[in-house]
Parts: sequence; structure tokens; C-alpha cells
Amino acid sequence: MRKLIALLAFSAAFGVSHAQDKVLRVVPHSNLAILDPIWTTAYMSRNHGYMIYDTLFGTDEKNKIQPQMVESWTESPDHRLWTFKLRKGLEFHDGKPVTSEDVTASLARWGKRDAMGVALFTFIDRMDTPAPDTFRIFLREACGFVLEALGKPSSSVPFIMPKRVAETDAFKQIEDYTGSGPYVFKRDEFKPGDKAVYLKNRKYVPRKEPASGSAGGKNVYVDRVEWNLALRDVQAQANALVKGEVDVIEAIAFDQYASLSKEKGVKVVKPAVGQQYMCRFNHLLPPFDKAAVRRAALASFDQRAFLKAQVGVEELYNTCPSMFTCGSPYASTAGSEIMAKSNVRNAQELLKASGYNGTPVVLMKPTDLDAIGKLPDVAAQLMRQAGFKVDLQAMDWQTLVSRRAKKDPVASGGWNMFCTAWVAPDIWSPINNAALDARGDKSGWFGWPLDDKLQDLRGKFMRETDAAKKKKLSEEIQAEAFANGTHAPLGEYQAPVAMRSNVTGLNTSGLAHIYWNVKKN
Amino acid sequence: MATPRVFRNWSVRIGASVLVLLVFVAAAAPWLGTVDPTLFDAGSRDLVPGKAGEITTLDGEIIKHTFMMGSDSFGRDIYSRVLYGTRVSLAVGLLAATLALSFGIVFGLSAGYIRWMDGVLMRFMDGIMAIPAILIAIALVALWRGSLATVVVAIAIPEIPRVTRLVRSLVLSIREEPYVEAAVSLGTPTWKIMFRHILPNCVAPLVVQGTYICAAAILVEAILSFLGVGLPPDIPTWGNIMSEGRAQFNQYPHNIFIPGAFLAATVLAVNILGDGLRDTLDPKMAKRV
Amino acid sequence: MLVIVAVLVFLLLRLTPGDPAAILAGDAASTEQIARIRADLGLEKPIVVQFGIWAGRLLRGDLGESFYYKITVAELISQRLEPTLSLSALTIVFAVLVAVPLGALAAWRFGGWLDRALMGFSVMGFSVPGFVLAYILIYVVSLKLGWLPVQGYRRIADGAGPWLQHLILPCLTLSVIFIALIARVTRAAVLEALGEDYIRTARAKGLPEVRVLVRHGLANAAVPIVTVIGIGIALLIGGVVVTESVYAIPGLGRLTVDAVLARDFPTIQGVILFFSFLYVMVNLLIDLSYVFFDPRIRY
Repeated sequence: MRKLIALLAFSAAFGVSHAQDKVLRVVPHSNLAILDPIWTTAYMSRNHGYMIYDTLFGTDEKNKIQPQMVESWTESPDHRLWTFKLRKGLEFHDGKPVTSEDVTASLARWGKRDAMGVALFTFIDRMDTPAPDTFRIFLREACGFVLEALGKPSSSVPFIMPKRVAETDAFKQIEDYTGSGPYVFKRDEFKPGDKAVYLKNRKYVPRKEPASGSAGGKNVYVDRVEWNLALRDVQAQANALVKGEVDVIEAIAFDQYASLSKEKGVKVVKPAVGQQYMCRFNHLLPPFDKAAVRRAALASFDQRAFLKAQVGVEELYNTCPSMFTCGSPYASTAGSEIMAKSNVRNAQELLKASGYNGTPVVLMKPTDLDAIGKLPDVAAQLMRQAGFKVDLQAMDWQTLVSRRAKKDPVASGGWNMFCTAWVAPDIWSPINNAALDARGDKSGWFGWPLDDKLQDLRGKFMRETDAAKKKKLSEEIQAEAFANGTHAPLGEYQAPVAMRSNVTGLNTSGLAHIYWNVKKN
Repeated sequence: MATPRVFRNWSVRIGASVLVLLVFVAAAAPWLGTVDPTLFDAGSRDLVPGKAGEITTLDGEIIKHTFMMGSDSFGRDIYSRVLYGTRVSLAVGLLAATLALSFGIVFGLSAGYIRWMDGVLMRFMDGIMAIPAILIAIALVALWRGSLATVVVAIAIPEIPRVTRLVRSLVLSIREEPYVEAAVSLGTPTWKIMFRHILPNCVAPLVVQGTYICAAAILVEAILSFLGVGLPPDIPTWGNIMSEGRAQFNQYPHNIFIPGAFLAATVLAVNILGDGLRDTLDPKMAKRV
Repeated sequence: MLVIVAVLVFLLLRLTPGDPAAILAGDAASTEQIARIRADLGLEKPIVVQFGIWAGRLLRGDLGESFYYKITVAELISQRLEPTLSLSALTIVFAVLVAVPLGALAAWRFGGWLDRALMGFSVMGFSVPGFVLAYILIYVVSLKLGWLPVQGYRRIADGAGPWLQHLILPCLTLSVIFIALIARVTRAAVLEALGEDYIRTARAKGLPEVRVLVRHGLANAAVPIVTVIGIGIALLIGGVVVTESVYAIPGLGRLTVDAVLARDFPTIQGVILFFSFLYVMVNLLIDLSYVFFDPRIRY
């Protein structure tokens, strides 16, 4: 017994054994289940991808596309032939060099799954690889977003994998995690739901420019990064950070913001780019099969009510009338008057005028996602004030995700409305904003709006190469989307990161959660 | 006629009084200075107990209100939610205990006394007990949507095997008692033996078990809410209030302490009542009292 | 018996809503993509065929592969086994060591201040939900006093000291309700035993009180006490889930909940079968121990 006490005291005094390695202990925002960032768009898989893979282009903090694996490129005068040259020194973790064949295979796989990739490949006639460090893309017609697609910062990112891995069917998950990125995945230490481990790739050759967004030099200053996948209780996360048991909390709960900001030894940072809330209607079922009813709901939504309830901390949120996040190139106020002048009276009148017959709105509410859990309650209250009947149904997120894929009538398990959040890079352009896909029940994202005019405008946007014309088109697109009532943008917020004071250089661009360039002093 | 022995026991008095008080609160909740527990106003969120704020009604009007027990992260009045929550907690506890005891007694008697049923029943009970209670609860709530009935059934089902086992083990012991053997040899029918000789001897441990189930049911409901698989969040229950407040425990502990105190008091009362009942009802104990 | 469990669980899972394919596909997947994944997972086949495939694999010792994490269920379980077993074993041992003597003492000194105090404490233990207790303990012991870590689990292989250190608070949290339960039942059972005639006889014979208490009182109260310990072990899983959540221990309890929420059928089936197997073993032991404690019981 005495020995036991002595042992305890001894280990308490000396703590964990001192390793020579610098270890960065991160608490990610969710669990890492799927290790294939092309197969899924889940942000955790994307972040995993950024650790072990590299990309052709990246997006910097000023939202400009910058070359990463690419050394130089040329574009033919008719915009139909693009030639890219890879930079020297690119190597996979197994020692083999990165060649153009790996690149084209990776792009082809990505082009089968990612929405923007699929759109890009409709323009592509073929690709070829004239030299190991050169690849070419031949387009059927001019396309205005080639670089934006290749350098897109968020899901799904066109990560470059070895050819043999990229040849895996796009609808099956890969099983080989060899990449060419700044970290190597330590597979034998990966325990799902417990932890994921990444080691510094000592052979990686970073670019010379300073790191910026998902572009620039990817220098690594720690030896090991551990993702703590077991720590999911929000209060426990905060406690662990304060006590120094972890170094970074990727996304703190809003409730913790004020108290963590006051803690000595901890600093809280707001990312440069934020996220946007939205509520999405099911256009296939009544009552939201009528545009007038959707617009009545839009009129009742006061963005401030949502933001105050869900986020609560004023410095973390701002209202934004645009469907493309404020501060991004295509943001505008076109068509947003219906929400700007939102108030109960207006909404009530619009609802009466629409001929709404009292069909209850089945609004799905997730019980296990703090980040968006309050939105449906606010929506329900506002809609009820406008005269809607609302049936607020609570369920866990997994059930919600599978239920929203159903197009059945409500009586057979269908739905009318749900709310969610998107990271800005995933919605800031008319091409990749999934909510604007208006092909009716063939749409790529749930809700299935049908609007030929909108599709037409999007098609024009995709082909346009002139920047000013693109801006004008984006305004028309947004105006049409508001007129149709595709969805309701509910305002923007930033999800703050918290870290120990001795952690510097953490990427807070908000484009993704990125762990190169981090120093632990 | 003198006061029945039961009511002379202090434990029974205390436990029963508290429970009667809680039942009164549950019934009279709308008239005890509460507002609709689902109303909220984001401007009134996270108020410490005693502060005043505003609430928006469904008609859009704004009323001033003093949050005697503070507000939660939505801006809802915790006092109202706690009082209305009393209804749910009491209902869950009583219904689950009744359900579990009823089925458990029937199964336990059958298994303990009727040999050929023993094997079949106990295998079945073991099968149910082997499935973690949480899983049954989550699956049932997911299958039928969260509601009072679902949660009660989900909590009661895992308790039935336990009661069955307890009754069965007691029956196995009592079955060998001389007076039971005597009754058998006299040709007393099985059911009479079960109800007149065996069951009365089971009462004391069953009462203890029953109060334990009631108390545990109330606690399990809180745990289910903690995991996000309890009653829907717009129904105010103590468990829901605590689960929503746990993200801010360090800053606003009132979200957890206040419903937690009510929870503890209720469970305590039920347990004390059970102890008192057992002390007075168990004939053997009466000799020592 | 395991067959019954297997069939029950299999059916229950297939009947609940929540499509694993939609969950796996992620936020932006289209309906065609989800349908493809469903086919991939074999969910399009008729239920009987699915059961046949699963049962066949099971007989060969293959628990299948998790839908969610692409590793075998057997491997998942083996990764999560150590934390849960450590936590459970430590808790049970501690709870029994504390509760049985407490309960017996309370029964012996029935009606005295010791009885009331002990029972008061144990009833409090019953009444506070585990996670509230956990938060309080963490706040006071870890944050304010700094004596113990806030969260996490350390494998035994990494050192017995840290292993124990990280388990103290979780065990304390988890054991409170078991101590309360076991102490109460011990007390009730010992009280009953002490009221028996043979106790009077033993005392009349002049036996020392301790011997009366242990050899005659406690021994005869053993059946319900052991039953409750057996029941308590089954209850453990509920408590373990909460404790593992708050203290971030990557154990089987959390795996079960996560698997259910993710509709990861193979993992759920595998974990339940595993629990059933454990449960059968434990109860077999307990049933056998009845014979040891109460010679009147014959099988």
C-alpha cells in the first residue's frame, strides 16, 4: 500500500516522461472516422488530408489562388489549353517522386465526386502527361474557374495521391494513406475515437513564400501532432486546455469564449474567415412547394434573433444579407430586401397572401450538435409568430442526415425544413454553393429547388472568364435565388480557436484547420 | 382505531411529505408564477438567479420577468422549466417502476416456482439483460421518436430482468422453507402457495427494489438526456435542463445545480420512503423495532 | 441464448431509422451517391440474406468490419477493451470493499447514529446523477486543487502511475452509486439474517459477536448481496458510458453509443455479443456461488 502511494506521488511530481520530441496536442472539432477526403466532404477528413497530402494550388489569405505543387503554368489565348509544370523535389512518403500521372489520376478521381470538380470535368475534353513533370488540360470550351477549382480550399480539396491509390473506385474508400504532404500518417497508432497521430515529414521541401491560407511554404516546427478524438465534452475540453493537458482546441463552444479569453496561459483567436448559417426548405413537399410561402418564411427570419440565440457573443457574429459570405468577392445585397425588412407584420401579410392552408412545417432539430442546435427553435418561434404551424421534431444528427435524403411525403418519413452551417469557402461562389443547384429533384444537395432561370445563369457564370461580368452575373444569380426562396441565409459567425499561449503561428485563416507553420515554444 | 404503524415511522412521514409537496408543485405549476417554459428571448440568456429580463410571447409581445432561478443559454426561465419538469420526472419514475415491478413479479414467481419455466424465462431475461440498457433506450427512442411513453418503456425494460432475478432468488430460498413444504404436502394449489406464502415474504425486498427503480428511473432519464436521447428538448425535464447547461458548468453552474438539487431531493425522498416502508412492513423487522 | 440476442439485435437495428449510408456519405452527397454506398455496404439485400451472411461469418470468428471506421470490429473492440475493463474492475473492487463492510456495520448497529449516518451518505450517493458528481469532482479536485488530471486515459503499458492517476476520479465518480446500492442491500439482507433464530442461538452459545456477524449473519445474507453485485455489474455499462464521456476515456461504453448514433450495425452487433458473452460468464460464476453460500439451494 505504501509503495502504491509512493508511486503515485512520484509520478505526480514528475508527470509524464519527458520525450525529446515536440508534440502538439490538438482537440479537433469532431471525430475522425473516414480517412478518404475525396470520398466524403466531412471537414475532419479534409483536415486530415491537409496533413498528409499536398495540392496543386492553394488559396491565400487574400482569397487569391497561388501555386503550390505547380512551378509555372500557361493558358492558351482561347482559354482552352492549360499547361502546368510541377516544381522540383516533390516526393511521396514512400520515397517515390510525384509525377504528372499521379496528378491526372488524382484529379480524375476528385472530378467524379466533388461538385465543383464534376462541373469542371464537364468542360474537360481530355488530360495528358507529356513529361513526368508536366500535365495538360484540354477544354471543350472556355471555362472561368479552372484555377479556382484546382486551388479550392475546402471540401473536397483536390489532394494529390499516388496513381495506384487514385485509381481506387471513387465510390470506395482508399486504404493506402501515402501522400506527399508535410506530415506522415502514423497508421499503427491510429485508434478511431481515441487518437490520430502525424509525424513530421523530414523530406518535405516547402516553398519559399511565407505561409498564407492554404498556400505558401508549409514549414513544420514540431515533431509530432496528436489529435485527441476521445475528448468530446465541451467543458472537459476547456478544463484540459486551462490545465495544459492539450495545446489547441480547434473550435471552442461559444459559451466558453468569454471565460477562456480571460484565462492566463490561454489565448483565443478569431479566424479571418467565418461560417454562415442557413435554413433549407424542401421544395418538393407542401407547404414549401410554393415560392410565395417560402418567401413568407424568409420575411419572418430576423438574422439577429438567430445569431443572438445561437452564438450569443456579439463580437463573434454579424448579419449578412448575401448568400455569398460578406467580405468575399461575390457578396452583394441583390434580392435581399425581403430579409432586410423582415418583421412579423410583413411576414404575416405575405403568408396570408400566399394562400397558406395551415399545413404543419416539419422542422428537424439536431439534439447533439451544439453549434447549430438552437437555430430550429428560433426558426420555429419566428414562423409561429408569422402564422405558420410548426412541428419541431428533435433527433440526433445522424438520423437527421439520413432523413433529409428522403424525398417521401411527410407521412412516410419526409421533412420540410432543417438548418445547418457552411464554411465560407464552400459557399462563396455561385458554382460551389450547393444550395443554388436548382435542377429540381436531380439537384445535388437536399431541398431540391427547381429554377431553370437560375440554372441558366449559373451555366453562363461557369463559362464566363471576365471578372466584371462574373460579378454582375453573381448578383443576378443571388437575386433569382432570393426570388425563388432556395434557402434562408441566417447570418455569419466566426468559430474561435483557443490555444496555449506558448503556441504561435497557428493558421487562423478559417479556410480549413491547418497545422503546418505552428511553433510550440 | 390507532394510527397504522406505517405512518408512525419518521422515514415514511418525511419521504411521503416531500413527495406530496412535489406532486402539488407538479399539479399547480401553471399557477405558481411560471411562464410558458418553452418561451425564450435571446436577450435574456444566461442570467444569474434573481436577475430581471424580457420574454417574447408567441403573439410577439414582450413581457418583463424576474428570473428567480436564472435563465438558460436560450433565455428560458429555469424556475418555470424546473416546476414543469417535476411533472415529467415524477411520471417517469412512477410509471417505470410500476411497469418493471408488475412484469418482474409475474416472471420471477413463474421462474422460481415452476421448474420448466425457469430455464426458458431466465434465458430470455438474460438475453435482455445482456443488451446494454442504453442501447435499448436509444434504439427505442430512435424507432418511436422521443416521447414519455418511449422513455418509460425504454427505462422499464432493462429493469424487468433484475426484478425477475431478485424475486426468483428469493423464491428459490423460500421454496425450501418448512411451511412451504407443508403447504405443498397438504395439496394447496400452486397459485395459492405463490400468493399466500411466497409473495408476502418478497414484499420487503421488492419495496426496496421498487423505490430503487423509481429513483433510478428518474436518474436514468437525466442520463438519457445527457446523451441526447431522452425526451425532446422542448419538453422541460430536469435531465434536459442539465444537459443543456453542461457546456457552461464552470461559468453558470445554476443550470446544473438547481435541477440537480430538485432531482436529488426527489430521489432522496423516494428512497427514504422506501426505507421507512420496509422497516415497518417487514414482519421480522417489526420484532426489533 | 446468444443466438436469441443475436437475432434480437440484428432485427432491432435493421428496423430503426437512420441510414448508415447517408451518414457515411456526409453533408454534400447526392441521393445517387448514397444509394451506391448502400449497395456497397450490402444493405440492399433482403434481411434474411444479410443475417445469413453475418451469422456465417460469425461462426468463423469474423465479427465483420465497421461501416464507419474501416477496421474490423474485433480490432475496434480490442482497442477499447483495456480502458473499460480497468475502469470497471477498479470500480467494482473498490465499491465492494467499501460497501459490504459499511452495510454490515449499519445492520449490526441498527438504529444507531452510525446506521443513520452511513445510510444517509449512501442515499445521497444514489440521488446525484453521475455527471453532476463528475463535474463537481473535476472542478474541485482537478481545477482548483490541481491534484489529478482533468481527463484522459493512460494505458498500463505506459506506466502504472499515470494509469492509476487518470482512473482515480472516474472510479470515484462511478463507484458512488454502486457503494450506495450494495451497502443498502447488504444492510437489508444482513438485517434479515440477523433477525433469524439461528443468530439468537449463536449468541446464546456465547460466540464472539464478530463471528456471529460474519459467519452467520453475513454468510446467510450472501445470496441477495451477490445477486445485487451481479446486477450491479450489468448496470455498470450505463454508468461507464457517462463516465467515459465526461472523462474522455476511449472505452467500450462510448463505442456503443457512438456506434448506435452512427448506425454502425456491425460494430453494434459485435459489441453486444461481446457484452453478452461477458455477462453470461459473470452470471455463471454468480449462480455457482449461490451453491457455495446457501447449501439449501440445489440445481
